[in-house]
Amino acid sequence: MMSDIQAVQARLVDDINAASDLDTLEALRVAALGKAGSITALLKTLGGMSPEERQAQGPRIHALRESVTTAIASRKAALDAAALDVKLAAEAIDMTLPAADTPRGSVHPVSQVMDELAEIFADMGFAVATGPEIEDDWHNFTALNIPETHPARAMHDTFYFPDANADGQKMLLRTHTSPVQIRTMMTQEPPIRIIAPGRVYRSDSDATHTPMFHQVEGLVIDRGIHMGHLKWTLETFLKAYFERDDIVLRLRPSYFPFTEPSAEVDVGYKQEKGRRIVGGNGDDEGHAWMELLGSGMVNRRVIANCGLDPDEWQGFAFGVGVDRLAMLKYGMDDLRAFFDGDLRWLSHYGFNALNVPTLSGGISA
Amino acid sequence: MKITLDWLREHLDGTYGVDDVVATLNRIGHEVEGVENPAEKLAGFRVAKVLTAEKHPQADKLQVLTIDTGDGAAPLTVVCGAPNARAGMIGVLGLPGAVVPANGIELKVAAVRGVESNGMMCSSRELELGDDHDGIIELPADAPIGTPFADYSGAGDPVVDISITPNRQDCMGVRGIARDLAAAGLGALKPLDVPTIIGEGAPATEIATLDPEACPAFFGRTISGVTNGTAPEWMRRRLEAVGQRSISALVDISNYVMFDLGRPSHIYDRAKLSGALVARRARDGETVTALNGKDYTLTDTMTVIADDNEVHDIAGIMGGEHSGCSETTTEVLIEVAYFAPERIALTGQALGLSSDARSRFERGVDPAFLDDATAIVTQHILNICGGQPSTVTRAGTPPAEVRTIDYDPALSATLGGIAIAPERQQEILSALGFSVTEQGGRWQVAVPSWRRDMDAAPDVVEEVTRITGFDAIASVALPRTDGVAKPTATPEQLTERRLRRAATSSGFHEAVTWSFISEAEAAPFGGGAWSLANPISEDLKVMRPSLLPGLLAAAARNQNRGADSIRLFEIGRRYLSEAEHPTLAILMAGYKSARGWQAGKAAPFDAFDAKAAALALLDAAGAPADRLQVMEAVAEGSIWHPGQSATLRLGPKAVLAEFGALHPALTRAFDVDGPVMAVQIFLDAIPAKRASGPARAAFTPPALQAVRRDFAFLAPTSLTAAELVRAVRGADKAAIVGARLFDRFVGQGVPEGQVSLAVEVELQPVDKSFTDAELKAIADKVVAAAAKVGAVLRG
Repeated sequence: MMSDIQAVQARLVDDINAASDLDTLEALRVAALGKAGSITALLKTLGGMSPEERQAQGPRIHALRESVTTAIASRKAALDAAALDVKLAAEAIDMTLPAADTPRGSVHPVSQVMDELAEIFADMGFAVATGPEIEDDWHNFTALNIPETHPARAMHDTFYFPDANADGQKMLLRTHTSPVQIRTMMTQEPPIRIIAPGRVYRSDSDATHTPMFHQVEGLVIDRGIHMGHLKWTLETFLKAYFERDDIVLRLRPSYFPFTEPSAEVDVGYKQEKGRRIVGGNGDDEGHAWMELLGSGMVNRRVIANCGLDPDEWQGFAFGVGVDRLAMLKYGMDDLRAFFDGDLRWLSHYGFNALNVPTLSGGISA
Repeated sequence: MKITLDWLREHLDGTYGVDDVVATLNRIGHEVEGVENPAEKLAGFRVAKVLTAEKHPQADKLQVLTIDTGDGAAPLTVVCGAPNARAGMIGVLGLPGAVVPANGIELKVAAVRGVESNGMMCSSRELELGDDHDGIIELPADAPIGTPFADYSGAGDPVVDISITPNRQDCMGVRGIARDLAAAGLGALKPLDVPTIIGEGAPATEIATLDPEACPAFFGRTISGVTNGTAPEWMRRRLEAVGQRSISALVDISNYVMFDLGRPSHIYDRAKLSGALVARRARDGETVTALNGKDYTLTDTMTVIADDNEVHDIAGIMGGEHSGCSETTTEVLIEVAYFAPERIALTGQALGLSSDARSRFERGVDPAFLDDATAIVTQHILNICGGQPSTVTRAGTPPAEVRTIDYDPALSATLGGIAIAPERQQEILSALGFSVTEQGGRWQVAVPSWRRDMDAAPDVVEEVTRITGFDAIASVALPRTDGVAKPTATPEQLTERRLRRAATSSGFHEAVTWSFISEAEAAPFGGGAWSLANPISEDLKVMRPSLLPGLLAAAARNQNRGADSIRLFEIGRRYLSEAEHPTLAILMAGYKSARGWQAGKAAPFDAFDAKAAALALLDAAGAPADRLQVMEAVAEGSIWHPGQSATLRLGPKAVLAEFGALHPALTRAFDVDGPVMAVQIFLDAIPAKRASGPARAAFTPPALQAVRRDFAFLAPTSLTAAELVRAVRGADKAAIVGARLFDRFVGQGVPEGQVSLAVEVELQPVDKSFTDAELKAIADKVVAAAAKVGAVLRG
C-alpha cells in the first residue's frame, strides 16, 4: 500500500510537471482530485479502515493529496507565467516610435524681466505701481515740470489724441512711466518706494526704436534721501539683475525737467563676439561706456505739484528701458522682433513657465 | 551744437587738446555726440608745386607732371588729366597711401598708359571741399610747399558735436561752453571784447514795440554805406565747420554772432522797408514768405516785425525773404530784440517751424546782453562791410532783473551726495558767473542774467556737483526695514502672474503685440474708442478694443512662415472709451496635435479646447469655477462663430470670459487659414478672493463611500447639457453631490429632433448606506426633475 501510494505520487507529480498546457493540467487534476479521481478514491478508503490502519494510512494519503495539489499549483503558476511571457512578447512595440508631443509654451522676455525686476526691488522694499497708458497732458508733462512751451516736449515725440478729458486736458499716450510717479505721490503718504513698469509710446520708428516699448520707473520719496542713495540703488539693482559684482556705473550730469540734479547713467561693458557684455569699468582697456538710464533727485516743483512739502520730503527717480535690459542680458539684437509674435523667436528667447525668478532660486532663468 | 577747437580758443585760453575738451564736456553735463577731425581725412595730402608739365606720349588728354613735394627729394612724376595743370602752379598732391575723401580709394603707385604715376593732383570735389571738378585746386603762389594740406587749409580744425540740454541756452554759443569749461578747470575764460561804437544820428528807420508782452525789448540801429560781399575766410570756415552754409557777409555776421555768443539778431535791407519797423501782433490770416522760401499764414497769437506795408520777420523765429540782405544791399537795419520764450515756443509749434533763432529764443536768451550784442554785430559789419552807424534805438526794456536763490551749502551733501567745502562751492559758482552773499550760514546766490534755467536751491546743488564731478558721489545704502522683505505684489499683479505662468504651462506662447492697430482691424471689434491724431502709420492708428486683432495678425505672419500649430496668448490692456481693461486673450489656429502613428490624422483645435483653456485659466485666476455659468449668444454680428461660442458669467451681467470659434469672415479678413479658436478673459471682472488667512478648513472625508448611478435620457435637441445637469443635480440636494454628462448621441435609435444624453450621478450617504428603497426614491426624483426640463428616461 505504501509503495503504491509512493508510486502514484511519483507518477502523478511527473505527469503534472510534464503538463504542457493548462488543459492537460486540469485533466490531471480531475483524474487525481476530482470526484472520481484516484486520490479522492484513496481518501474515501479511509472511512472503511480500522482506527489503527487509518492512523497509519491517513497521513500518507493526505500527504499524497497535498503534494499533488502543490505540484498542480506550481505547475499552473509556471504555465501562467509562460503564457504571460508569450502574451507580453507578442505585445512588444518599437519603443523608438515617437511619443505624442506635449505642447510647450513660453513667457515673453519682457514679462520675465519685469518679474525679475519686481523680485529684486521687492527685496529693497519697492512695491510695483501702475497707471494708465492713455494719459492726460497734466500727468505726463505739466506735473512733471514740463509746461507746454518747454523745449523738452519736443524731445518726447508724443502721440496725441484729438480728445480732451473733463478738465480740458489734452489726452495722449504716455511718453514715459513718470506719470506713475505723480499718481503715486498724489495718493500715497511718504515714505514711498515704488517701481512702475509698463508700456510707453513715442512717435519714433527705426532699427533701434519702436513706437511702443517698455520702461520701468523707480521712485523713492523719504526724508534725507540724496544722490548717494540713488547711486547705491542703481548699482545694487544692476548687480542683482545682471548677476555680476563687477558692474561699474558712471553718472554724468544731465537734464530732465522733473529731476534736479539730474544724471545720465552709463554702465561699463565690453564687446565680445559681437555682443555687449555688461561689466567692468568703461575706462579700462577693451571696455567702453553705454548710456543705460536717466535719473535724478525729484524736482521740488514736482513734489509740490503732488501736494507734498518739498522741504520735508525729497527723493530720487529713475527710468530705464525694459526691452533694452532684456536685450543686454539675454542677447537679442532686434527690438522690433519683440512685438512680432513669431513663434520661432518666442520659443528661442522665451522662458519656461516654471522658471519663476526668485531670490532663493536665482533671478535669471 | 557744434564748435571747433580753434573757435573755442577764441574764448578759452589754455593748453588743452580736443580729447580734454570732450572728456570735460561729458563730465560736466554736455554730452559729446561726436568728434569730427578733418585732419584725419586729409592725411597724406600736401601742398606741392608743379615744376614741369609735358604732354603724355600715349594720350592726348593727359599730361606728365614733375612735382616738387617740398621735402627736398627728387621731383615725383605724376600723370594728370586736369586741363588747368601747368608748370609753376601750386596745388594739392595726394601721395601713395592717402585715401581720397570723396571716394575712399587709396592712392597707389601705378602706370598710367605706360608712364608711372606717383600720386594724384586733386580737385576740390575729390577732397570734399567743394563741387569743383573742372580742374585741380590752384593755391596762391605763396602757399608753403610741403605743408600738410590740412594745416594749410585750416580744415584740420576738429569739430565737436555737443548735445546741449534744453535748460542750457547759455551754452548754445561757443562762449557759454568756454565758460563752463573754464569753471571745470580746463583753461581761463578770456574777457569778452565789447567795442564802443560811436553812432551818428538817429536810426534812419523808426523802431518800436507794440507788443511788449511778447517783445519786451527791441533794440536797433541802421548802418548806411555798407558793401555786402563775402565774409572773410576765417568766418566762413568756422561757419561751414559747424554746418552753417556761408551766404553773404551780412547774413554770415548775424549767424556768426549767434553761434559765437548764443545771440540771434536780424539784419534787414533797409531799402526794402517803408515807414517804421515795429514789433506787433500778427493779424489773423496775414502771410509772410520766410527766408526758407515757404509761405506762412499767421494768427493774432503770433508776433511779427513789420513795417507799414508788410511782415518782415516772424519774430524770433525766421526773417522774411523780401527784406533779406542781398549783394545789392547798401543800407541795413540791425534788430537785436528780446522775445518772451513761451510765446516763441507756441508760435514755433503752431507753425511747425524750427530755426536756430527759435531754439535759442524759446529757451531764453540773455536779457542783459542786448546792448553789447548790438555793438558786436555792428563792429563786425563795420569791419567787413564798412558803413556809417546810427545811434541805437532802445524800444522797451528787457526783463533783466537779478534773481537770487536762497541756498544752504550743506545741500551739496544732503541732496547732491557730495560734501564740497563752502569755499570751493563759492569758487565754482563765481567761475560760472554767480555771486554769493552770506547771511548767517545761508547764502543768497545771485543768478547771472544768462542762466534762465536756475530756479531753486537744487539747481545750485547741480552746478557745484556737476563741476566737481559726479564721480565723487559715494554710494549709500537705502535704509532697510527690519526682517525679511515684505511681499509687494497687489492682487491684480498676482492674478496676472499666475495666469501668465498657467497659460504658458498649458502650451501657449506669450506674445506682446502693438497697443495700436488699424481702423480696419478694430472695426469688427466695435471700433477703437481712441484714435491717434498723429499716428506713425495707418496700421498703428487706433487703440485696440481687443487683444485678438494683434494675435490674429501674428497668427497670419506665423502661418506665412509655415507654422501649422499656433498657440498664442497675450496679457495686456484693452482701451475702451471709459477705461483701460486688463485682459488675457488666447488664440489657437491650425492643428492641436500633429498626425501621428497613434492618433492618425492631425486634429484641429475645436471650440471645446477654447472652453477648457478658459476654465483652467479662470480657475488659476481664482475665479469661482463651480459657480460659472456658460451662456450662449454673444451679440449678433460678432467676432464669434454664432453656434460655437459662449460666455462664462457669474450671474447674467458679470461676463468673465468669452470663448469659442472665431467667425470665419473675421479670420478670413486677417488672412488666417482654417478654424481659429479664441478666448478672452476680462481680468478686472474676476471678483477678488476674500482674504481668509493661510489655514484651510478642516479635512472631513465622508465616512461612507459614494454611490454612482447612470441615467440616460431622451431630450429635444434644444435642451442644453447644462440645463439637464443642473436639473438632475438639484433633484435631491441632500444626497446628490455630483452630476456629470458622459454621453451624447444623435442618430440611429434616437428620434429625429431628439438627443440621447447620459448623466452619471454621484450620491453621498451620510450616516448609513442607502437602502434600495432610498435609492429608488432618489432615482425617481432625478427622473422627475429631468422630465421638468423635457428629458425622458430612456426605456
